[in-house]
Amino acid sequence: MTFTDTLTTARPATGTAHAPAVRLAGVTKHFGDVQAVRGIDLELQQGEIVAFLGPNGAGKTTTIDMILGLTRPTTGTAQVLGLEPRQAIARGLVSAVMQTGGLLKDLTVRETVAYTASLFADTRPVAEVLSDAGITELADRKVAKCSGGEQQRLRFAMALLSDPALLLLDEPTTGMDVEGRRTFWSAIRRDAEHGRTVLFATHYLEEADQYADRIVLISHGRIVADGTGSQIKALASGRTVRATLPEADTDALTRLAGVTGVEVRGDSVLVHTRDSDAVARHLLTHTPARDLEITSHGLEEAFINLTGDAR
Amino acid sequence: MTTTTIDHAVRRVPAAGGFNRRVLRIELLRMLRNRRTVVFTMVFPAGLYFAITGSDTTWDAPVGSGNEAAYILISMALYGAALIAAACGAMVATERALGWSRQLRLTPLNPVAYVTMKALVALVMGALAIAVVNACGVLQGRADMPGSVWIEAAGVTLCCTLTFAALGVFIGYIVPGENAMQLLGPGLALLSFLGGVFWPLTEGSGLWHVAVLTPMYGVAEVARSPLTHELPWYALVNAAGWLAVFVAGAAWRMSIDTARV
Repeated sequence: MTFTDTLTTARPATGTAHAPAVRLAGVTKHFGDVQAVRGIDLELQQGEIVAFLGPNGAGKTTTIDMILGLTRPTTGTAQVLGLEPRQAIARGLVSAVMQTGGLLKDLTVRETVAYTASLFADTRPVAEVLSDAGITELADRKVAKCSGGEQQRLRFAMALLSDPALLLLDEPTTGMDVEGRRTFWSAIRRDAEHGRTVLFATHYLEEADQYADRIVLISHGRIVADGTGSQIKALASGRTVRATLPEADTDALTRLAGVTGVEVRGDSVLVHTRDSDAVARHLLTHTPARDLEITSHGLEEAFINLTGDAR
Repeated sequence: MTTTTIDHAVRRVPAAGGFNRRVLRIELLRMLRNRRTVVFTMVFPAGLYFAITGSDTTWDAPVGSGNEAAYILISMALYGAALIAAACGAMVATERALGWSRQLRLTPLNPVAYVTMKALVALVMGALAIAVVNACGVLQGRADMPGSVWIEAAGVTLCCTLTFAALGVFIGYIVPGENAMQLLGPGLALLSFLGGVFWPLTEGSGLWHVAVLTPMYGVAEVARSPLTHELPWYALVNAAGWLAVFVAGAAWRMSIDTARV
């Protein structure tokens, strides 16, 4: 573990660029008889924005807690930037923003940030962090008097104090309006371009599809899918290819690899498939089909298919 | 927009597990800004002292190396310090309920450094409560004891407050949220009555046999021993025993709790 060595001796590390931001190897977690996590292998590269998607009770929070070193895996190992999670936390390399709580109501905004800043060996200046989070005007206000959105911005300010290499977010944009959400994600993306890795748990399937480079779908303590939004959608329910093709040879279409169903509606044919490219190629080269249309199912549907949770 | 970045490769771990003066200062300010706490732990014990010793009798009968008023002064200082230490302790549990403890675990702050800072805050606040009651005693002029006894008694009282900081943590974990102080306030008043803090007990009476077993009795005897020059063995056992019970209770609840932050 050369990376660990260079960090602890505080020499510039060339290894930083190579260590995965997160590495989970065969991680399980049991709480008594309850198996919250049943075996997860996951590697996140630096600079990735990854959505952690799954229904409640899927093991998302437990997995995040293990990455943060708040709980120990029953078996397997969790590493953050090549370090033990608690070592990474001690160096301010990892931050997390929780959805609720985590604030003292009787402190002012500035006191909260200053308090947190004093616990790190290296931090960005408090004034700069307040200004970045857009809460300079609120600095002397008691946390209890801040709105939900203002408190959320404060949580972000606290998380960004140590300029973390890995940022974990739990349902980050809950309660934000459309404009707030857009501003938020453009800021997150800007930071990711500078190498920050972001892992966010979300129920907003749209959000995962729209803003994440990669979606990790988790269900019943296991990863059930891992890929880009479009890969996940294709994987689960495939696409539908629709074409105008009178007297279509449905048997030939059904025999194509990946096809799960063929429907004829008047002059139109609808082919449900996991490999829309093959169907399209066949239709355009071997048949007189025209007006070809390829549509994918929503992520919502993919989600339900993959997690096997009819909701 | 300028953004300070910190090279990931040269990150350091904070000295002393994150123990620092800025946190101590903010924590002390928090306690002092809480008007209810200040009234109940400083104004109220001082008021009680005036109410008792301000009556027509002079409270000048000799007790040990001082007088009755001095005896009551030490008792009231102990009462105030115990209350505020308990309030500081109970805040640990409140902060946990608010998710602040979890937030702190996402920083380099070491749990030992956290407990040490909280204990220091309880001690400083306890010292302040003791100082307020003592200052009132000096201003009023009825309490009489040698200067060394003033200082010694105040110091011993301060050490005794740690018992109640532990009690505060313990109760805070058992009784959720801000109800802890509503139990601790009247509870400590009752224990103070029982333990002979507000009124001297008649040795050998029925009540006395109960009182010697209660948590305030031991520390009150210990706190007043510089004045009375009396410290029965069972008072010492009481003080040490209850400290052990409360520390063990607090540690037990905290260890259960941190299993799932």
